[in-house]
Amino acid sequence: MTVTGTNGKTTTAHLLAAILREAGLDPLTNHAGSNMERGLIAALVAEAGPAGGLDDRDQRIGVFEVDEAALPPLFRELRPRLAIFLNLFRDQLDRYGEVDSVAIGWHSMLAAGSPDTAPGDVGAFTTQLVLNADDPNIALLGEGSPRTVTTFGVDDPEVALHSAPHASDARFCPNGTRYRYDAIYMGHVGIWHCDCCGRSRPTLDVSARSVILETDRSLATFAIGGTEVAVEFPLSGLYTVYNALAAAASAHALGVAPEVIARALSSAGAPFGRQERFSLGDKTVRVLLAKNPAGLNEVIRTLAASEGPVAVLAMLNDGIQDGRDVSWIYDADLEMLAPRRPEVTASGDRADDFALRWRLAGIEPRAVVLDTETALDAALDAVQPGHRLDVVATYTAMLDVREALARRAGVASYWEATG
Amino acid sequence: MTAASPFPPLRVVSLYPDVMNVYADRGNLIAIRSRAAEHGIGLDEFDVSLDDPLPEEADLVLIGGGQDREQQRIAEELSGRGDTLRAWAEDDTAMLAVCGGFQLFGRWYRDKHGAILPGAAVFDVTTVAPGPRGPRAVGDILIASELPEVGEVVGFENHAGRTYLGPAARPFGRVLNGRGNNAADGSEGAIYRQAIGTYLHGSVLPKNPKLLEHLLAAALTHRLGRPVELPSLEAPYANRAHDAAAAIARERSAEG
Repeated sequence: MTVTGTNGKTTTAHLLAAILREAGLDPLTNHAGSNMERGLIAALVAEAGPAGGLDDRDQRIGVFEVDEAALPPLFRELRPRLAIFLNLFRDQLDRYGEVDSVAIGWHSMLAAGSPDTAPGDVGAFTTQLVLNADDPNIALLGEGSPRTVTTFGVDDPEVALHSAPHASDARFCPNGTRYRYDAIYMGHVGIWHCDCCGRSRPTLDVSARSVILETDRSLATFAIGGTEVAVEFPLSGLYTVYNALAAAASAHALGVAPEVIARALSSAGAPFGRQERFSLGDKTVRVLLAKNPAGLNEVIRTLAASEGPVAVLAMLNDGIQDGRDVSWIYDADLEMLAPRRPEVTASGDRADDFALRWRLAGIEPRAVVLDTETALDAALDAVQPGHRLDVVATYTAMLDVREALARRAGVASYWEATG
Repeated sequence: MTAASPFPPLRVVSLYPDVMNVYADRGNLIAIRSRAAEHGIGLDEFDVSLDDPLPEEADLVLIGGGQDREQQRIAEELSGRGDTLRAWAEDDTAMLAVCGGFQLFGRWYRDKHGAILPGAAVFDVTTVAPGPRGPRAVGDILIASELPEVGEVVGFENHAGRTYLGPAARPFGRVLNGRGNNAADGSEGAIYRQAIGTYLHGSVLPKNPKLLEHLLAAALTHRLGRPVELPSLEAPYANRAHDAAAAIARERSAEG
């Protein structure tokens, strides 16, 4: 199985693997974030026997998170049983070029079918699709497809936004008309339709209802192929509900029972660096990865809705894995957090750029500190005993700060945690 | 106009803000709002998208970058507004057109399939996109502006199109590090009276405070009908972000 999309790959693959384990299967996964060709090869090589082959046990199943641009050239090699598509947002435009080019790559990949079969042969399309029906960029992948499609989405206008965020990446139907929304859940993701051609959000096979977003956990009713189950998991924010839904829909497509899915989700915990929590004396630190406008918007929304005082260590790096261009911080709506009067410490290689962005959002940073350890000290100074620091960091900054936090908290480091 | 402000509000037009918005150029408006407030200047903002009318007059016009698909969607309508936009430019309305917006403020844009999109012709420039496999100009960029009071301008460029200056065009700046209009002649962007076209994202105004002040002064001059000088204000994070980004542009171009 492959999991791809702009945001949520690691968390979805983590939750899906937990469900499959609960169902008695033996998932083989790649390391968090190591999701290009070499990361997949490394994961397979590590599992290979002396003769170079994989032990083909009955219960073995591969769950690979794959970078959205890396998937098309790998697709024919992998021939996944399920291809799971989460969402498509603007991200690292310095690397991907344009959002549209990623979508075009997926469409031609899926249209090509599998190798060793004649073009147009329906039997060639054995890979089933699991699609986020709420994202029109993703839903259209299933349009007219000969493949089996399982859709997922949110059916709860209570958790919709009151206005569209600035960064929206699917405003127009292929026929050129603007999409209309009965509810926007995040970015361009919601209950959408086109007045002109009648396209609309597909019927949901797996849906979330009665969603409750709390500071440290999320609760919902998942309707999975006609069966309703209550789910609860220790991740906050609507974006994590989508990840749990995607994992549930994928497991459902494989025939896993709804009760097993719900049980696994409640005990799965947070994956590496994604809402991971650390205890430092009488304070807690939570690490929130944010590397593009849609992701940062969801993190900000989660912080804005959280209980207690808001203290943030905001870390912006511009390494190749972060995206060398930091323009994207202006597409995120940091202004949403201003009413909470957060204590913000800016850090990372581009700390000054980030500090300027916070200031323009009406949030004067209390300190700008380049060095990670010193920044962590400065940020913790702003946290009262018994309260929490939220670290909002781009990818390489997250690796950096997590290492420092793991050492301070006396827990496993990156290599131990993921090895 | 508020009672406390010595100035009438500036009329700021954002063109196609919901379509040409793929590259964080909204940061330019965010910076203008913040700086204008610090100067005690109010803003009357007009979002003008597809099918929306232009206001009677404007002191400052902004347009950002978009993808090919989005540029195709607005090109015809925008070129139809060319007469008004050119008349505004002649009248010294301040303008900032970035990336795709800059391309469509030129005479025409030939896309990667060879189709010609008409432009608003505020600038005497033309742009040609290479074929589907043509290389994009992507990276940090540092330029020396032709405007003496603006000096060095830093940003990030990401474009396939190559822009060529016509005989009536003057570049916005000279490339110090990066590629600029066409990676060949060392020019970056274009200037016509108080209109500036550029490939620089970043967003460009927040971390180039001198360019921000220049545009605000030009807009205010247009509003009042007489030259205005704005008092100099501190720009603490902006100057540091500018210097840090300029150092990165120099370093990365040295890496090749």
